[in-house]
Amino acid sequence: MELNDLAPLCGEWLRGSGPESDIVISSRIRLARNLAEFPFISRASPQEREQIESLLHEQIIEIKQDSEELMYLNVDDLEGLDRQFLVERQLISREHADSEGARGVAIDSGEQMSLMINEEDHLRIQVMHSGLDLENVWQQINHIDDLIEQRVTFAYSKDLGYLTACPTNVGTGLRVSVMLHLPALVITRQLDKVFRSLQKISLAVRGLYGEGSQAMGDFYQISNQITLGRSEEELVAQVGDVVPKLIDYERHARDFLLKESHENLHDRVSRAFGILSTARTISSEETMMLLSSVRMGVNLGMIDDLQIPVLNQLFIHTQPAHLQKLSGHVLDTADRNIERAKYLRRHLLGGKDGEAEQN
Amino acid sequence: MALKCQQCDKTATYHITELTGGKPQELHLCEDHARHYLTAAEDEPEAPSSLAGALAEQLSVSQTAEELARLDQLSCPVCGITFYDFHSKGRLGCPHDYVCFAEELEPLIVNIHGDTQHVGKVPKHSAEGSERQTKLIQLRREIKEAVSEENYERAGKLKDEIHRHEKGEAS
Repeated sequence: MELNDLAPLCGEWLRGSGPESDIVISSRIRLARNLAEFPFISRASPQEREQIESLLHEQIIEIKQDSEELMYLNVDDLEGLDRQFLVERQLISREHADSEGARGVAIDSGEQMSLMINEEDHLRIQVMHSGLDLENVWQQINHIDDLIEQRVTFAYSKDLGYLTACPTNVGTGLRVSVMLHLPALVITRQLDKVFRSLQKISLAVRGLYGEGSQAMGDFYQISNQITLGRSEEELVAQVGDVVPKLIDYERHARDFLLKESHENLHDRVSRAFGILSTARTISSEETMMLLSSVRMGVNLGMIDDLQIPVLNQLFIHTQPAHLQKLSGHVLDTADRNIERAKYLRRHLLGGKDGEAEQN
Repeated sequence: MALKCQQCDKTATYHITELTGGKPQELHLCEDHARHYLTAAEDEPEAPSSLAGALAEQLSVSQTAEELARLDQLSCPVCGITFYDFHSKGRLGCPHDYVCFAEELEPLIVNIHGDTQHVGKVPKHSAEGSERQTKLIQLRREIKEAVSEENYERAGKLKDEIHRHEKGEAS
């Protein structure tokens, strides 16, 4: 398997199936680990970084997923476009894409698992499933961690647990994140209140693709902040327990909108669909915003013959790097906006607006 | 018929269902009052969420100028990072920092996690050789310094020592 084989696919997290997948996009856990015999990344010389990379590369490539070998990418050798592609796909972090020196990532073909070497910590293990599926994600990542642990010695102390480059991750090194699509809470402006109450129980909220509170496409990620003093199972349960409440709030808000302003809601959804299926040039931001409305509309039965997995695919395939990989050309912003509009028309109108019409 | 704002005589253009706290409550407000309602921040301070916040808090409540100067001079014998380096970059230099900066890190860790004792996973393959591994980090740093100072005699000795410690791994 090669990187270019991934482009036409959709990735695990937007597969659009799994429990509660109308609202819950994905469940993800990552573990931060460091080798005991090397300094953390910030104090590692270029040679030490190379040693860490080759040591971990050698060990993790042996970890097979369903007896299938992992694809290993040397991130430092990748073109900027390919790195951006992996960030959009959530297989590497923005920090990993932008940093320098020896570093890599191992990925399974189902894109459920990604192992980043020399990110903030020597090793970041990530497992992601579509929908709300935290228990299984934890089982899987715990097993992978066990397998790697048999081959290397991680920095660990009995008081502070797994030692990490940043004290915010020390202990379990575990971050649980659930990504939710919350358009109705955005429209009814209830998000801030919900988020403030989450912060009180030490859960963090951030938008997709950014630190800011204005999330692209109404996607929000809920994750634990505490990593020390509680077991992995407790941390997973803490996030897992709050998600059904958020789902409930979002469904209530949708019901409210359906009941109190059905015409306005339907209008919003139909206009969004209208623009997406007829525009000739469209930005990534506008696409995300409108797709969000359409996605909710499909879930509320306002649009027929459009499936959630198709929509999820549009979310990812209209991102800048995906668009360029799929078209096979490097495109500037203006050309991307044209290509994006073309791609959307083709997929939303299901061939009714064929290529011939372009001329 | 248009509803009136619950707080003034203007027409209510915002219809809010409050879902947080008990059972849903409906509110009908004009634009001004809706904005006021929706942006009203709660007064209680939030738990510091980021490392930067926790660090700033720790340093602001601490301490005199001398104390701060002392923190800045404190350095790890293994990786050479100073507490000031950590403070400015937010990243530690090696696992041993958790030992040598233990006293300085503790309030920070309590601030972030509300706890100081790990209760989660224990590696089955334990890090019992951690002293040897810490020593290796230190020796590798020292050899780099010796080479950059062109002190090849010392570098040669360090190389032998590193070799001995690496061999220890096999035994």
